[in-house]
Amino acid sequence: MTGKRDPLLSVQGLTKAYPGVLANDDISFSVLPGEVHALLGENGAGKSTLVKMIYGLVHPDRGEMMLNGVPYAPAKPGDARLAGVAMVFQHFSLFDALSVAENISLGMEHPPRPADLSEQITRVSQAYGLPLDPDRLVGELSAGERQRVEIIRCLLQDPKLLIMDEPTSVLTPQEVGILFETLRKLSREGTAILYISHKLEEIRDLCDSATILRQGRVVATCDPREHSARELAELMVGEILQAPERTSANMGEVVLDVSGLSLPAPTHFGTALENIGFSLRAGEVLGIGGVAGNGQDELLASLSGETRTAPHCIRLDGRPIGNLGPNARRELGLLAAPEERLGHAAAPDMSLTENALLTGAIREKLVRNGVISWAGTRKFARRIIGEFDVRTPGPETPARALSGGNLQKFVIGREILQRPEVLVVNQPTWGVDASAAASIRQALLDLAQKGAAIIVISQDLDELMEISDTFAALAAGHLTKPRPAHGLTVEEIGLMLAGMTTEEAPHADA
Amino acid sequence: MDLSAISPVLLIASLMVSATPILLAAIGELVVEKSGVLNLGVEGMMITGAISGFAIAVETQNPLLGLVAAALAGAILSFIFGFLTQVLLSNQVATGLALTLFGLGFSSLIGKSYSGVKPPASARLDIPLLSDIPILGPVLFRHDLMVYVSVAIVAGVWIMLKFTRAGLVLRAVGENHDAAHALGYKVVRIRLLAIMFGGACAGLGGAYLSLIRVPQWTEGMTAGAGWIALALVVFASWKPWRVLLGAYLFGGVTVLQLNLQAAGLAIPVEYLSMSPYLITIIVLVIMSSDRNRTALNAPASLGRTFHASH
Repeated sequence: MTGKRDPLLSVQGLTKAYPGVLANDDISFSVLPGEVHALLGENGAGKSTLVKMIYGLVHPDRGEMMLNGVPYAPAKPGDARLAGVAMVFQHFSLFDALSVAENISLGMEHPPRPADLSEQITRVSQAYGLPLDPDRLVGELSAGERQRVEIIRCLLQDPKLLIMDEPTSVLTPQEVGILFETLRKLSREGTAILYISHKLEEIRDLCDSATILRQGRVVATCDPREHSARELAELMVGEILQAPERTSANMGEVVLDVSGLSLPAPTHFGTALENIGFSLRAGEVLGIGGVAGNGQDELLASLSGETRTAPHCIRLDGRPIGNLGPNARRELGLLAAPEERLGHAAAPDMSLTENALLTGAIREKLVRNGVISWAGTRKFARRIIGEFDVRTPGPETPARALSGGNLQKFVIGREILQRPEVLVVNQPTWGVDASAAASIRQALLDLAQKGAAIIVISQDLDELMEISDTFAALAAGHLTKPRPAHGLTVEEIGLMLAGMTTEEAPHADA
Repeated sequence: MDLSAISPVLLIASLMVSATPILLAAIGELVVEKSGVLNLGVEGMMITGAISGFAIAVETQNPLLGLVAAALAGAILSFIFGFLTQVLLSNQVATGLALTLFGLGFSSLIGKSYSGVKPPASARLDIPLLSDIPILGPVLFRHDLMVYVSVAIVAGVWIMLKFTRAGLVLRAVGENHDAAHALGYKVVRIRLLAIMFGGACAGLGGAYLSLIRVPQWTEGMTAGAGWIALALVVFASWKPWRVLLGAYLFGGVTVLQLNLQAAGLAIPVEYLSMSPYLITIIVLVIMSSDRNRTALNAPASLGRTFHASH
């Protein structure tokens, strides 16, 4: 990407304010034809608002855009698509009950006849190494395949600019590799790609240039290959980051023992758990990796007690607890924090105090003879807010009003303060900004240091490698044998995630 | 008891007539629910259609104008529901129930002066040649226009949902309104149109009762037909032809049990009266007992409030 060329897209002074926040403040940058341009920033830095303006979903308050040298102001996504701008969304904009072809047809302005469309889908999907059956229902596809649907939907319209919003957050390393090959091929063919992510190594690997946003402003434009990931991160966050630290891992007795845990899929689109077994020692952090939809929610539900099993499948301190419900398990010291913050981990319209009571009632003894001790509950909520730096006006704020990161700190803090013997967390830092994520990870490590056993279920492999003592992969409802996390290579993890069991890789046991 | 008095030919012919109000209301509600909206106001829209159609037909002495007025009245009433739920984001269940209560009260207010009045007769549409075929003729081809219109609407809805882009967009909105919005479809507008189509169908169904089937005005004359229509849609797994089947089954058992009552069968009348409800529900429950496939056909956003977040 050398020499002076006319930009494909140039953005000048784009500004967008929402009540109370300036989401984008005077943003200017440009993308060259065929360039892979990264848009970097933390959650809430304004990346999503910016690309929504480029895609015509949101209209800027001020500023202008030029596409191919002509003024460009899409009133709706259809206009953007006609102008050659396509977008792959972070949360897939797909319809589970419709077929691949129907889903693709919905994203096109002038779709061809169904038979022609199926033929085109097959042809394009083969040309770009993304095999896909047009007649399958999207609800039956894996996350990687779903993303292919989105990408092919975009490619069929021959876009000049392809916007990708956090495309790799749900993919296995192998799938990321395939995606990058496709993107490089597109870039060679002259399609510009606007790539949104906060995964710095990926950006350094793939992108030609980067625009870094912080709090709605452009703070730097640079070539990501000339900077270290750490420098980029510090530009993004605006402060010096500290990696979580752990003094030493001293493990004790086995506290949780799971064996022969099998459960049928709860719904049509759910995953069945098959013969899951592992044991966990006091002070150990077990990281369970895997792409969402491979049984994570089901595993969490069976450990927390929401789904019950035969008593002997799960043993806590040798005592069979598989048939106990969540409250009985809490009483024994097995606590859990599910992934979905609003609606599962916390009741959105209830105050933080009330939410603190919901899981803390038993261990914190907040209920006496059926009467709630509000004074004690408020004190407990304040302790969580204080110790975990939850930014909120006070304990009477409804959970819904907190930002994702703050609510997550509250949810995790609520369980940690109850001194669990075993804590199970699912996606503890999903959608949480880097500094909040770091403090959540540190809190988990501190808890392990005090002798609690922790299971972290996550899609973020970097996170798991950072904090886990042992690592296991969950693929299609099977859990691989846990292996020491230290020294695992990306390739080995990829194989584990792809569902290869340790029997197929005999050298595995360390 | 004389069962020989029941003629199978007349029975089948009259079951189509007796099923038409429910069929119309149910096929309209199917479209509404496929767009992801749960309108529990079917009963209210039906009875409003029944009185509006009746009043206009009596005043103008034109039954056709009455039917048009009924469809309009149903659509207007459903627009109130649509505005409240889609624009002002009120709760769909509560608003739908309120619509039913409102419709029942409103219709009896308007209907005060119309009790005992006889409406103008609707022309029977004897299709030449076809209606002379033995057995099939009287069963299929000697009905009034609305019987054919109702079947045509079912066929039209089926074609629209299965084969057209408009139908695909409608299903997409009902399946995942956030994704449909992200792709640039006007979720609220599409839903309002679907709601008004449902209202018009329910209104027509009501007017069919008061103008053709009964034909006269009595307070509360829909007698739960709207609720049966709502149940039909769910038990028919949101499939148009199954709605037709369910409606005809219900109509058939209704007619049969009336005939049996007349024939003096030695079963208490109460059991006969409840039989259409029981049998229809049992049959459709069995047909939709495969939970997974039903779940697939159920609109995933059904009853959820859509609020564009940007």
